[in-house]
Amino acid sequence: MRMVMTGNYASAYGAKASRAEVIAAYPITPQTSIVEKLADFVSSGEMNAKYIPVESEHSAMAACIAAETAGARTYTATSSHGLTLMHEVLMWASAARLPIVMTNVSRAMAPPWSVWVDHMDSVAQRDTGWMQFFCESNQEVLDTIIMAYKVCESRGVMLPAMIIEDAFILSHTSEPVDVPDQEIVDSFLPPYNPELKIEPGKAMGFGSLVRPDQYMEFRYKAMQAMRDAHDRFLRVEKEFKQVFGREYGGLLDTYRCDDAEVVLVAAGSTAATAKDVVDAMREKGQPVGLARLRAFRPFPHEEFRALASKVSGMGVLDRSYTFGAAGAFYTEIKASVYSCQKRPVMKNYIAGLGGRDITPKILEKIFEDIQLTAKRGGGDEVEWVDVAGLPRRWR
Amino acid sequence: MEVRFHGRGGQGVVVASEVLAKAAFRMGFEVSSFPFFGVERRGAPVTAFARIDKKPIRNKSSIYEPDYVVVLDNSLLKGVDVLEGLKPGGTVLINYPEGSVIPALKPSFKYYTLDANAIAAAHGIGSKVAPIVNTSIMGGFAKMCDWVSLDAMLETIRAVAPVKKEENVAAAREAYEKTREVVQ
Repeated sequence: MRMVMTGNYASAYGAKASRAEVIAAYPITPQTSIVEKLADFVSSGEMNAKYIPVESEHSAMAACIAAETAGARTYTATSSHGLTLMHEVLMWASAARLPIVMTNVSRAMAPPWSVWVDHMDSVAQRDTGWMQFFCESNQEVLDTIIMAYKVCESRGVMLPAMIIEDAFILSHTSEPVDVPDQEIVDSFLPPYNPELKIEPGKAMGFGSLVRPDQYMEFRYKAMQAMRDAHDRFLRVEKEFKQVFGREYGGLLDTYRCDDAEVVLVAAGSTAATAKDVVDAMREKGQPVGLARLRAFRPFPHEEFRALASKVSGMGVLDRSYTFGAAGAFYTEIKASVYSCQKRPVMKNYIAGLGGRDITPKILEKIFEDIQLTAKRGGGDEVEWVDVAGLPRRWR
Repeated sequence: MEVRFHGRGGQGVVVASEVLAKAAFRMGFEVSSFPFFGVERRGAPVTAFARIDKKPIRNKSSIYEPDYVVVLDNSLLKGVDVLEGLKPGGTVLINYPEGSVIPALKPSFKYYTLDANAIAAAHGIGSKVAPIVNTSIMGGFAKMCDWVSLDAMLETIRAVAPVKKEENVAAAREAYEKTREVVQ
């Protein structure tokens, strides 16, 4: 049924439709309405799950790890400082090969305090071994949660995933969302049935000490699993489309890129706005395209290499900054396409930190700057967009 | 169509924007509504927005040049430029006491008024001192615009109101009848 709801409710409905059995969460702005809604679902009996209120995000993830180890499908949600507090146990969840699914309502890190969107919290968890899926609409949030469980719980994968919802821009924006029928979701997503789990009367060791002669093999297997998750995700999305009639373009969603001379790469809600800008510029005869980074992990190397060999200019918009380097999306994409025979001129745009609005006008100026930079054959590599005191006017 | 709402924390400003979006959705439109992403406190100025279109809405940027402005609290007329960015020919709906004259109306816009405080209080929504005016205002909105019907608005209010459903519907209906265009 199509209903008007916020991104946070779409997350809660996604967890409900996926029949999460254990929810352990700690409230934080702007994630709170996800866990409030789930608590309502559980208390009203609409959802058959154990809801565990905890005293911190670290404990929330620890409880999810325990429940998942016992064979329960688990869900949690957090944001910014909550996510970074989880950092230690995020590492545990992935290396223990526990397919937990979590929504992160991506929000800037303090100080100064901000409750608004940027991707610093998510990007800082890049190396935890979690899959990361950035969403551009509330429908995609709900659908990606269902898809993520199926990918995560695949025998060859068994890794956790983070569904990333931009703070307020998705979390508190209401838009139409189709909530799929439970029977159809059940036919798509079977109950969680792990090969190994803690069971009474069955002696097994989980998370124990290994010596240097064994450790690397565990990491090697996790590497293979994340690598294989790429194709697994594509297959799951294909199946999702057959069942639900919706798809989102794989790990790198390319929009009007086929005959584009220059493209912009962006993640999250900005990409949706940028698609409107691409349409408007195309009407004026400008051959521009938008590539939406949907999965930061597993990283879509092949997709970027195919795109890079077709265009003369590629801009990358990062809604976070890695101090001493550049935006994390930019450095990774650039490294990924380095060995292509034909490479585009590349430029990094740092924009929208702490919730600063990335307007269609700013995006149009970014596209024009990519065109100009490509024509010149290079230029400043990293530019901060719409910052007070800098000479360039973006608005 | 783009709509901006001005009010104060506790008046139901964000819910008003959601009611409009849901009512327009009932009419077959694609919709998007969002608060000015703030940390709302009772009494503090609050802004919310709604975007209504015939095709799916992808623009996730804020609204700077609305077609409509709704003012739930007329004390904001001093201090906040509620007309900022309003498109020429745009329409303003103001919650204003009946019989009083709104000072300093800028030409080139259309104005409608209703006494939402009195209507909400009469129907027991909120308290006499702090009535919750959002549902009354949305009744007025249905009168002011020609693209959301009163029925769609009332059905939405009935579905959205957590308590006093029929009181809220009755207030919106009365507000619809009492909303007047200001003759300049």
